[in-house]
Amino acid sequence: MNVILKIWRQPSKDTPGGFETYPVADVSPDMSFLEMLDVLNETLTQSGKEPIAFESDCREGICGTCGLFINGRAHGPGLGITTCELRMRRFKSGETIVVEPWRAKAFPVLKDLIVDRSSFDRIIQSGGYVSVNTGNALDGNTLPIAKTKADEAFDAATCIGCGACVATCKNASAMLFTAAKVSQLALLPQGEVEAQDRVINMVKTMELEGFGHCSNTGACEIECPKQISLTHIARLHREYLKATFK
Amino acid sequence: MNNLSCVLKKWVMALSGLFLCSFLVVHLSGNLFLLNPDGGALFNQYANFMSTNLWIRVTEIILALGFVVHIVLGMLLARQANQSRPVAYAVSPGNETSSFASRYMWLTGAFVLFFLVVHLKTFFYTMRFGDVPHVPYEVVKAAFESPIYVIFYLISFFVLGWHLRHGVTSSFQSLGIRHPKLKPWIHIFGGLFWFVIPLAYSVIPLYFLYFHMWG
Ligand code: HEM
Ligand code: SF4
Ligand code: FES
Repeated sequence: MNVILKIWRQPSKDTPGGFETYPVADVSPDMSFLEMLDVLNETLTQSGKEPIAFESDCREGICGTCGLFINGRAHGPGLGITTCELRMRRFKSGETIVVEPWRAKAFPVLKDLIVDRSSFDRIIQSGGYVSVNTGNALDGNTLPIAKTKADEAFDAATCIGCGACVATCKNASAMLFTAAKVSQLALLPQGEVEAQDRVINMVKTMELEGFGHCSNTGACEIECPKQISLTHIARLHREYLKATFK
Repeated sequence: MNNLSCVLKKWVMALSGLFLCSFLVVHLSGNLFLLNPDGGALFNQYANFMSTNLWIRVTEIILALGFVVHIVLGMLLARQANQSRPVAYAVSPGNETSSFASRYMWLTGAFVLFFLVVHLKTFFYTMRFGDVPHVPYEVVKAAFESPIYVIFYLISFFVLGWHLRHGVTSSFQSLGIRHPKLKPWIHIFGGLFWFVIPLAYSVIPLYFLYFHMWG
């Protein structure tokens, strides 16, 4: 199949960018979107041009680096996938595909399709530590956690920090990401001591970094490759109220 | 109010929004007196009670505060959202990932505010502060004899319906009220409220217009 790519090119953080058009021929429908970009970059390099800068690492949907906004969708069309898991068979031959970086004040573009997501790290940092007893490992079942709770905490913990929730949100809110982190620890006894400071500080940092508020549109939940649920945002709201009116 | 975090802002928006919803119900039940075929006797009695009772006066102030808080916070949040994405996308997801109602709360809200100003001018101001004494029923009747006014009224309630279509269920989420067992009930309540309330409000101008034109 053949596709026409319209890709955002921007030499550096402070230089203005724009769209460039690249036709790509003989694309296998089984290629991932990133493999297709690799092929394009190969030809660009061979003809002495600057290859397109995009991030990737694991290429199996677990590292969260490969975020691209493709035809108006975070990680392209399809549910529960990252861009590295997106296959070219999702597109029609001859289709024009528009590829943009994540757009948010808190995710400045560094080069072409690469954005700086370190604002996420600072949200995590502001969450602080979790107290645990040092010494020998606990005996099994000395700290009972109901299976349902453990499962829910695990669901929250599957967030890979990719930023799709921010990218797709009309307010560029990091609420789903922040809620996943808050919720994960709020459900477990290990996080209980610091729970109240954690939620207040993480929300504060989220806003200071320039993310927006949550309008409950639910777009994040649809675009999240790990299908993190809005249930966690509701839990964040409860945790926040508990901490405010303690 | 701007020093509240966005979570608390949304909490207050949800509470004030639900409070305004309760006002919609109370206001509607009063309006339905207009449909009583007694030439407005009952409605006039009710309207006089509303403009003389002391408790109603106090409630009115709380209501006005509810509107102000809801509107100011709505504007602050809309501004924050606007600043959070300085560069727009060339291609946006549109309805693929979220509903129109949820994305345009600021727009439907702003229209409701415009309606509110016109509405207060036509009815509240005329009945309460007009220079000549007015019979409430006659004020309503006169207003709804104009097809343009009736159409504006109907459009406004249509828009309010869209505001509530997202707003009612959203406010539960903002308050952290979410549970698999509650979900169907919240959806039934939200699903009925956004549709039934504006529809019931719309019947009244149509009733007056009908009797004016063909009655
Ligand atoms: C009878 C009148 C009104 C009612 C019953 C009402 C009700 C609601 C409700 C229940 C919500 C949901 C709150 C939440 O998501 O937690 C809401 C949100 C909102 N309202 Fe209203 N509202 C009214 C008038 C207005 C007006 C006049 C404005 C502004 C000029 C406005 C602006 C907004 C905005 C911007 C939001 C969304 C905030 C966000 O999540 O981004 N509303 N409203
Ligand atoms: S919540 Fe989902 S979309 Fe957001 S950063 Fe985590 S994995 Fe990505
Ligand atoms: S490259 Fe790791 S998630 Fe896509």
